[in-house]
Amino acid sequence: MDLLQTKGIEKQFLGVKALKGVDFTVKAGEIHALMGENGAGKSTLIKIITGVYPASAGSVYFNGKECKFRSPLDAEHAGISTVYQEVNLLPDLSVAENICIGREPRTKLGFIDKKERKVQARKALARLDIDINVSENLSSYSIAIQQLVAIARALDVDCKLLILDEPTSSLDENEVKELFKVMKKLREEGMAIIFITHFLDQVYEVSDRITILRDGQLVGSYDAKDLPRIEMVAKMIGKTPDQINQMQAGIVKNTKFGDVVYEAKGIGCTGTISPLDLDVREGEQLGLAGLLGSGRSEVAQIIFGVDPHDSGTMKMSGQNVNFNRPQKAVKAKVALIAEDRKVTGIIPDLTIRENIMLALQASNGIWKTLSPRQQEEMADKYIKLLRIKTPSGEQLIKHLSGGNQQKVLIARWLATNPKLLILDEPTRGIDVGAKAEIEALTQQLCGEGMAVIFISSELEEVVRDCDRVIVLRDRKKVGEIAGSDISLKNVMKLIAG
Amino acid sequence: MNKSSNKFRHLVWPLVSLALLLLFNAIFTDNFFKIEIKKSDSAQAVQAPSVPVESPQPGTSWITPESYDNAGDSAEAAAQAAADGVEAAAQAEGAVQTIASEAEQQAPVKKDGKGVSIFGYYLYGTPIDILNQGSKVMVLAIGMTLVIATGGIDISVGAVMAIAGAIAALLISMLDAGNCIGAGMGPSFYWIIPVLAALLLATLAGFWNGMLVAGFGIQPMVATLVLMVAGRGVAQLITDGQIITFDNPGLVFLCNGHALFLPFSVWIVAAMYVIAGLLTRKTAFGLFIESVGNNERASRYAGIEARRIKWLTYVICGFCAGVAGLLAASNIKCADSNNAGLYLELDAILATVIGGTSMAGGRFFLSGSLVGAILIQTLTTTMYMKNVSPAIVAVPKAMVVIIVCLLQSPVFRAKVLSIFASKAAKGGVQ
Repeated sequence: MDLLQTKGIEKQFLGVKALKGVDFTVKAGEIHALMGENGAGKSTLIKIITGVYPASAGSVYFNGKECKFRSPLDAEHAGISTVYQEVNLLPDLSVAENICIGREPRTKLGFIDKKERKVQARKALARLDIDINVSENLSSYSIAIQQLVAIARALDVDCKLLILDEPTSSLDENEVKELFKVMKKLREEGMAIIFITHFLDQVYEVSDRITILRDGQLVGSYDAKDLPRIEMVAKMIGKTPDQINQMQAGIVKNTKFGDVVYEAKGIGCTGTISPLDLDVREGEQLGLAGLLGSGRSEVAQIIFGVDPHDSGTMKMSGQNVNFNRPQKAVKAKVALIAEDRKVTGIIPDLTIRENIMLALQASNGIWKTLSPRQQEEMADKYIKLLRIKTPSGEQLIKHLSGGNQQKVLIARWLATNPKLLILDEPTRGIDVGAKAEIEALTQQLCGEGMAVIFISSELEEVVRDCDRVIVLRDRKKVGEIAGSDISLKNVMKLIAG
Repeated sequence: MNKSSNKFRHLVWPLVSLALLLLFNAIFTDNFFKIEIKKSDSAQAVQAPSVPVESPQPGTSWITPESYDNAGDSAEAAAQAAADGVEAAAQAEGAVQTIASEAEQQAPVKKDGKGVSIFGYYLYGTPIDILNQGSKVMVLAIGMTLVIATGGIDISVGAVMAIAGAIAALLISMLDAGNCIGAGMGPSFYWIIPVLAALLLATLAGFWNGMLVAGFGIQPMVATLVLMVAGRGVAQLITDGQIITFDNPGLVFLCNGHALFLPFSVWIVAAMYVIAGLLTRKTAFGLFIESVGNNERASRYAGIEARRIKWLTYVICGFCAGVAGLLAASNIKCADSNNAGLYLELDAILATVIGGTSMAGGRFFLSGSLVGAILIQTLTTTMYMKNVSPAIVAVPKAMVVIIVCLLQSPVFRAKVLSIFASKAAKGGVQ
């Protein structure tokens, strides 16, 4: 029996189509994984089902009736509960208070019945086989228990469909197992669960069926046992395994590599990334591939010293180094263009000139100041070289488009004349033309002997540009391929595991 | 051309406000702009602007002894009054009983000849007095501007001023009594010891604030609140709860002496602004401060030691508070731990904000802060000259501040302009 059914759901945001006619069914008593890359439309679909957004077109049927929920509370009353990625409970209240908040049992006089509240909370937790002191503050328990309390709270109402949006992203392995046990128990009780995750292993561990979305469209729904992993990845990124074979890159890559520029042995950080080895040579472009959340950016941040590492050693040009602050890395001529341009890249209220000179000046220190003329020459040179579209270097960077801001950041690091350049998602959110320019530029830099580490979600870019690819899955290095072995198929095989 | 107009845009509104205030004084206050050249062949120079009884000046004797009596309980009035002579401060406070007679006050000054202008002449008048009296806030505003530019705030500077004054007064009294190393240098030279000690202690206080904010990541308001509250206690501890007076010519010269036609304090302010300007604009320090204040995380990613930069601004702010504390103590020739620099942190913050530096951090304007500080002091002085009772002085002051802040707000200006525009349009139709 279909518990939930959506027909032709469409959603438009300011002219952008986020969902293009999605049909999606969930049966009672199944765990249904909803898969797709970032921006594929998973969250939008969930938000339409739970009444956060109204749909632009299409309809939702729940329990055989057409429903138009106006708010998440509306949906909750109908029997759809949602637990979000971040635990959105109140850490300084007790477990019982958290579970009963908004629907406290009352005494005859209208006061909150504290005894009854504890009884209800214990009952709700017992359903998940959890036995904890409900009078304790929520914050005194681990994130996993908090997550389960959130689920208990969601189940407290008469719930038929439970939606878990990335519930495992902050849990460790054992905690995930606990959660899965609970999910399986609820399935046996006849509850339907929609499960969203980025961890592929977990999908196969608990799911009965898998629905894949891409670019706001439904790719298909499959029984989990009939869908091999590589095919799932292929469907998520929109290629068939056969197509992947045909897409062998025709780019002539630089094959003359120099000495090893950067070498890391067993670097890692507990809880962030398992220890891994990595090295990159002059003129070589090393790709880091993996799904989002697989630990790609974390590796870059450890190399650059933004995040600490608690194991392993690093060598720069054969000499031992310890980058525990970005400044040390910058001084050793390492450059990182980080993922989130707005947060970690641009200084919005400074001019383009100041943004370009910033890293070089930082490595020079306070006293060795670049003269105004040097600054202007530098700005003009890179504005011309990278074809940054601006009337002058005195323009504030916040007024530039995303692609041009990215070029300014590249200029900032090229100005330091780096030996190792790390690019984390350099092409995200910029238009096609700028994308191609940036790709061509990195190839050119490699030709000039620079070592490049390239991180991208777009596997085609990685395959096309990289001389060697390290593949990460679930925050571990799972493989390394080089030279002619680099193909979309091989990379995806490793990603899927 | 565009570039330079951008550079000074932040100065326009504070300068307009200051000009309006001066215009008001030019019309309604007699002899406001009267500046005289006085020959300082006697100790009078030290006392300038002198006590009315001693040297009647029609244009400048704007605070009469009676007004001190009215001022009785107000600390600010006390400080103002004290500027014109310690004996007056004694009247006003009614508490500074330890102060010796006027004759004793002046005796050592005469002997040493300190406080005499180098060329024997100095300018004398209300505008000069505004600069002299405003010197404390001007100095504080330097440090405050840098701290605010990093997105922080330092509300402890007033208390740090009290600490600096206290240690200076304590040491000078010990030196005068011959109980301290360096007493052998003689009173013409050993005043440098308390000056250095006060600056060192104030810089340490700034280091402490920086440690709490940048080192331990405590919110700036909370971190500096610690010293704001505890600082006066520390100052009391240093002076053992007493108000210590002193008459060392060197120390007294700082805020009462003259050099090159102007009060010496004005030269201290000028030197500090020049140094601060060079330090921030001729090195990369200013760029780093603005970068950290604008986007701390991205600055760290660019290789800037964001924590170190923030820390350094608090150290500089502490040093500035030390200089201001010395000026305050020198001004009234005593260290009053309870009232020295009281609420001056607010004036310094105000001067910074009036000057166009955003409380959110980022771009900062030292010149703007300087204009802001002068504006605030002009306002205060105007109040006293118009015989506004010290008890209610805060009200008109607040009104002017609100007007300046509104003038600076682009949203407000646009609203006002749109009202005028719509009226003009209506008039056109009719």
